[in-house]
Amino acid sequence: MAAVRKKKLAVFKFASCDGCQLSLLDCEDELLQLAEAIEIAYFLEARSQQLPGPYDIGLVEGSITTPHDRARIQEVRQKCHRLVTIGACATSGGIQALRNWADHDEFLNYVYAKPGFIDSLATSTAISDHVRVDYELRGCPVNKHQLLQVVSAFARGLKPQLPTYSVCVDCKREGTVCVAVSQGVACLGPVTQAGCGGALCPTHHRECFGCFGPQEMPNPASLSARYKSQEVDSPRLVRLLRNFNSNAPAFRDEGNRLSG
Amino acid sequence: MAKVDNARSGGYAQGEKAWMAKNALDDLIQALRRRGYRTVLPRVSEGAIVYADAKNTDNLPIGVLDAQDGGTYRLSQTDEDTYFDYVVGPHSLKNYMFLPREPVLSGKRVDGKWHFSTPQDPPEPLAVIGVRSCDLHALAIQDKVFLQGEYVDAAYQARRAALFLVAVNCRRALATCFCHSMGTGPALDQGYDLALTELGGNEEEGGFVVAVGTDSGGDVLSEVPTREATKAEISKAQEQVRQLAQELEQRDCGPADAAPSASDLPRQRQLDTGGIRDLLLNNLEHTQWEDVAERCLACANCTLVCPTCFCSSVEEISDLTGEEVRRERVWSSCFTAEHSYMNSGVVRQNTKARYRQWLVHKLATWIDQFDVSGCVGCGRCITWCPVGIDLTEEVAAIRGDQS
Repeated sequence: MAAVRKKKLAVFKFASCDGCQLSLLDCEDELLQLAEAIEIAYFLEARSQQLPGPYDIGLVEGSITTPHDRARIQEVRQKCHRLVTIGACATSGGIQALRNWADHDEFLNYVYAKPGFIDSLATSTAISDHVRVDYELRGCPVNKHQLLQVVSAFARGLKPQLPTYSVCVDCKREGTVCVAVSQGVACLGPVTQAGCGGALCPTHHRECFGCFGPQEMPNPASLSARYKSQEVDSPRLVRLLRNFNSNAPAFRDEGNRLSG
Repeated sequence: MAKVDNARSGGYAQGEKAWMAKNALDDLIQALRRRGYRTVLPRVSEGAIVYADAKNTDNLPIGVLDAQDGGTYRLSQTDEDTYFDYVVGPHSLKNYMFLPREPVLSGKRVDGKWHFSTPQDPPEPLAVIGVRSCDLHALAIQDKVFLQGEYVDAAYQARRAALFLVAVNCRRALATCFCHSMGTGPALDQGYDLALTELGGNEEEGGFVVAVGTDSGGDVLSEVPTREATKAEISKAQEQVRQLAQELEQRDCGPADAAPSASDLPRQRQLDTGGIRDLLLNNLEHTQWEDVAERCLACANCTLVCPTCFCSSVEEISDLTGEEVRRERVWSSCFTAEHSYMNSGVVRQNTKARYRQWLVHKLATWIDQFDVSGCVGCGRCITWCPVGIDLTEEVAAIRGDQS
């Protein structure tokens, strides 16, 4: 078989905590395999070598929060044949999208001695609000197995196959008892997309916090109505929805409706 | 320990009934384990009674009762010396026979050539203790699905052949139970190796009347301290089962949309199955489907706790180099988009279509497909629906207002 040119991978960071990029480094054993299968051309957190674009696959971490980043994402898009967003920040705006409900200028005045030096946007928004995105990888942080699957699929020209159904499917496959039903705990699992790795929090007897954002057919209004009938108040539900994926449309709209 | 004939010579024959003291249940577990069975027993875990591997009876939920209603499940501890007075938990035999995740194929490329293999390991013999009548009927339905059609599922078949069932006659029925409507209980009538009817509690010496369902059941029982059951014990056991059946038959639920009664007691379920196939198929555009879709989360819980739902999906997994691949079959659900994905896209695009697909298949077209309803009345889909959607209410609403 003739030698096939290795696909070039680039990783870009926007407003984020770096946790999703760390998930890639966290692959450890698989990282060597990954480096064999593809060329890591641009990944500042991992290596100093910086190869110029264009790139076959661009992974984008983080949300758009500054005018500078708003321009930079356009350049990144142009350099990448396939653009994949990784994590809650890049796919919905992340935890920092909480600023979308707050007074941005007031924050600046509290935090910075000279806010005049700060040039940031009043909102935190998803990458797909600015450029076309080929694939979105959910999670806060992303699941490393999903990340490897996506990179490996794109490296071989395949379409990744990742679940879009609810976390409940994973709970039931794992034999985990439903915390909402057996303990009356307000859990976001029924409206959240699976993929964190076998319903991570419910498996540890905690409610789902919605790290993977809304599932494919979410019905948060029905779930809120149920929890409210079990004496979970609206402010608690709003806090639950306004977390890592506060700006994901289904969670955002229900949070707004409840806080109305 | 009660006075018993240890290891009755010749063993018990099918249809015979023995008396077994409560503490001899552990001897039964040990007899099964000596024969190489992995033993699965009920226990309390995460606020529910689940099935779990156990080597003895130490963690049996003695005195534990469950209360269930739409979307709620709660346990309470009593000081009664009762072993099996809880009813059904979230797990069923499906978790052990139709596995949530099962490798079906693996492949490896060596020197440019693919080598494929299918798992061939014989399954470990499995004994499950505490199974109810509804679950035995559900197992019979899954047997039809996996064993009696044109294609036989070899892995299921092997597991099924190595399964030993110690069933229990229910002494309580929950508000969510409606086995009486589906003809699947509460009395055990088929499918067990041994059937226990628990008698007594704190006030009197407790024990089990054990009915022998199969020769292997009789063989195992012969290694357990027992004696022949007396006529009085047998008739007491029969009367207890008859009384529960009567209690269920006498349920008067009233119309599903009736105002809640003054008491806080949950509505006692039943399902009118008269002409149900045609009722549902003639009402595919009933407004009730829109109504339930407003409430339904499309989370798939109902299908996954259902002991008869059998849908699966196949996942292809490969390593980064593409040199090693494997194919796994996983539980799926008609509430997911991928379930109805075909070349042109997703066929059932909204929750209304998905809920309707589930209910109409379960209660109507299942009959065309398998000559039996897909529902055994265990009530799990009602209890484990996070918003408490109740199929008996949905059917009653359609029946009460046919468009």
